[in-house]
Amino acid sequence: MRNFEKMDTCNRESVSADQLKKMNIVIVGHVDHGKSTVIGRLLADTNSLPKGKLEAVRELCRRTAKPFEYAFLLDALKDERSQGITIDTARCFFQTQKRKYIIIDAPGHIEFLKNMITGASRAQAALLVIDAHEGIRENSLRHGYMLAMLGIKQIAVLVNKLDLIEPSRRREVYENIKSEYERFLEKIELRPASFIPVSAAESYNISSKCPQMPWYGGPTVLEALDAFEEEPEPEGLPFRMWVQDVYKFTAGGDERRIVAGTVSSGVLREGAEIMFMPSGKKTFVKSIEVFNEPPKSCVRAGYAAGFCMAEQIYAKRGELVTLIGETPPSTGTCVKASVFWLGKEPFIPDKNYRLKIGSAQVSCRLDEVLSVLNASTLENESRGSVERNEVARCVLRFDRPLAFDLAGGAPDTSRFVIVDGYEIAGGGIITSIPEGDTLSEKLVRRNIKWIKSDVSTQERERYYRQKAQLVVISGHADTDKKGIARCLERQLLDAGRTAYYLGIGNLLYGVDSDIKSDSSMHNMQERREHIRRLGELSNIMLDAGNILIVTASELAVPELELLRQIIQTENIITVWVGDVSRQPPGYDACVHAGGADTASEIFRMIEAGQLEI
Amino acid sequence: MTHLEYLENKSIHILREAYNRFGSLCMLWSIGKDSTVMLALARKAFFGHVPFPLIHIDTHYKIPEMILYRDKLAREWNLDMIYGENKKALDEKLTFPDGKASRLECCRNLKTLALKYTLSGEWPRYRMDHATGSYRIDGNKEPFTGVIVGIRADEEGSRSKERYFSPRDVNNDWDVADQPPEFWGQYKTDFKPGTHIRIHPLLDWTELDVWEYIRQENIPVVDLYFNRGDGKRYRSLGCWPCTFPVESDAKNLDEVIEELKTGKFSDIAERSGRAQDKEDGGGLEELRKDGYM
Repeated sequence: MRNFEKMDTCNRESVSADQLKKMNIVIVGHVDHGKSTVIGRLLADTNSLPKGKLEAVRELCRRTAKPFEYAFLLDALKDERSQGITIDTARCFFQTQKRKYIIIDAPGHIEFLKNMITGASRAQAALLVIDAHEGIRENSLRHGYMLAMLGIKQIAVLVNKLDLIEPSRRREVYENIKSEYERFLEKIELRPASFIPVSAAESYNISSKCPQMPWYGGPTVLEALDAFEEEPEPEGLPFRMWVQDVYKFTAGGDERRIVAGTVSSGVLREGAEIMFMPSGKKTFVKSIEVFNEPPKSCVRAGYAAGFCMAEQIYAKRGELVTLIGETPPSTGTCVKASVFWLGKEPFIPDKNYRLKIGSAQVSCRLDEVLSVLNASTLENESRGSVERNEVARCVLRFDRPLAFDLAGGAPDTSRFVIVDGYEIAGGGIITSIPEGDTLSEKLVRRNIKWIKSDVSTQERERYYRQKAQLVVISGHADTDKKGIARCLERQLLDAGRTAYYLGIGNLLYGVDSDIKSDSSMHNMQERREHIRRLGELSNIMLDAGNILIVTASELAVPELELLRQIIQTENIITVWVGDVSRQPPGYDACVHAGGADTASEIFRMIEAGQLEI
Repeated sequence: MTHLEYLENKSIHILREAYNRFGSLCMLWSIGKDSTVMLALARKAFFGHVPFPLIHIDTHYKIPEMILYRDKLAREWNLDMIYGENKKALDEKLTFPDGKASRLECCRNLKTLALKYTLSGEWPRYRMDHATGSYRIDGNKEPFTGVIVGIRADEEGSRSKERYFSPRDVNNDWDVADQPPEFWGQYKTDFKPGTHIRIHPLLDWTELDVWEYIRQENIPVVDLYFNRGDGKRYRSLGCWPCTFPVESDAKNLDEVIEELKTGKFSDIAERSGRAQDKEDGGGLEELRKDGYM
């Protein structure tokens, strides 16, 4: 184990100067426009081929009376000759004096768009190849469009196979393709770093300038690659980190409860006040946790981090950690987004999908297709669903609130994927939010406006010699939840605890009197509002330091979730009274109906997590 | 952020994602340098803990130092250590050293099948009892649905086509031609019953990255990787009848890293000392389609 001093590693000056030595480049373009030949030539010209490979492939071609092609080299490296087309992305390696390159060969066949996207999403820059002879084809456009959507901004366009064009016409052919393609890229706000007239087969302008094309004064492909820059970390963005998990490993007496996740943008410092979104719960960062590396007082974008909180609030996977005082994220249950679809089945309304953004996951429906983009013409068409390989603007609706940023914010908080069944079937970027109020916005506002007392939670715990705790007792209507609750309240008081029993019935004709009477509990919307108010009242009682017992019939998982969202502590015990076989998921325990013994059982559960009196 | 920091943090993110998404998760530990780096990364990801079992497929032809090193580290790092084997093939001597199988058949018997049935729980799993240091048959026969594997894309052709989260079907097969899309740090974590997912946190690492990280983090490795006086060292470790060392003077980490940087091995495959890769042409890709790592 190493020994370290605590360091502040988040000042720009202390960032290591050991900058990028490797870069991922993706090669895209229409099928047969010569991507593999470009890679073969790059490998050969930079002496990156295994010894004897070039000779072996030349020899094989001689024996089989085939003209030698540089693309064969790549095939020989990849064992992918059967169909003569690239099926999946593969990585090749070469090196210039400036840096090492990992070149990702993406398939040009429309059928393999999902593989092209997989490859391209790993790249920092792209080479887009267009056949001078064939000109701009559908996938030249589609791939350009996908690069823009994936957020790859550094692009060089290679007008290839110029050796097949008569020397006198080369310049004209190149200029025509350049201006036509530029017009297209302008529409999607993409400005390529360079257009390069090349012949990969003859090595024109790949590694050295081509004397046959003196009219071209720009960089060679290798020069264009070396001129690309590592994408700088987005600066000026607020702190964002998705909660990936919350760890409480007990082995070896480890008492820490660590919130883990990778920082998407910004900086988190020890002592900072944070807010979890969309729950709106607030606390302070007690410590940044590390293992086998120097202790840190801060973490910044790109790091897989972990921290402990000053208070034990209930935080869970899928929440977004933000900093109080910085721009908050958006929250809501409905968004407008640009979506590309890869699924075998079309993207249709009235079907349940799952949307994953960062570590959050919600049930999602396609509410409306605003427009479908024709990739060849860039015209918008109106249609009710989105077919495979299409790009569309859509309205999406979720089953519960989500925190996110709009396009232009941190990529990890504005980009999502859609899962259909077991498969990732689409991806998209959130562009705006339709209007509307949601629970999470209410909670955020409540927490921001909350008037804090001078007495801290810890002081209150010491005073009452107990932790505030919520005990939820639920079960079928015919079970005696109230009897158990009364008995439990008595046992707790006898043991010296400050406890209070609150049945949901105590609210119906007072706090809830503006909602319709008891019978309306069957109306989902109204039932949810009853439970929201129960949660808000519980939140106040817990803040006051009580052990609060509440009873309510047949609370389902989303209703328990709602309660957990509203209260700001994770000291909650949920008990189902009755038959274990009829118990909904999500409860901590199941007890059989029956007076004092049942109450004692719950009493022991409470005491297990309590402070010594 | 340095290149090694970038790799480290991406791998940790993947390990945490795997731990969260898979209820029945394990990590394959071949005792080699790559999977040992992965184990060290897991300790970082989980702040000193390794919250899932480590699986070693014991062919009983491993170089003896490897097993000693495995059990030593398992005790020191308090690892939940499990090994599996193909008992029937070993009993019936259906192996290459016994002359009853080709190299490829031997690999299939002792590794691929042993792995398949250890993961599914159909064959016994032997679990380390930390109180005594010996192994006992484990009562848990639940199949593993998430399997963390330390392969790297630069090792050879078929591995360069892998995903970070790569599905295997009911028969453990890998469909290279129809892999799931993977972008924006979103992985395939949903799967049909009976299938499982291979998780590859080291996909972007190179051989040199691995050695530089071992040096930076002070990770213990078997000294078979170093020249111990005979002018030879192993670049890749496997069963002794099919694994051959390379000519090398590199006696320690610094020298191994220097040797790799000189480009001495740039045109020799890392696994060239692994004889099974060469049988029947694309030996490894064939093995991998069947479930080999």
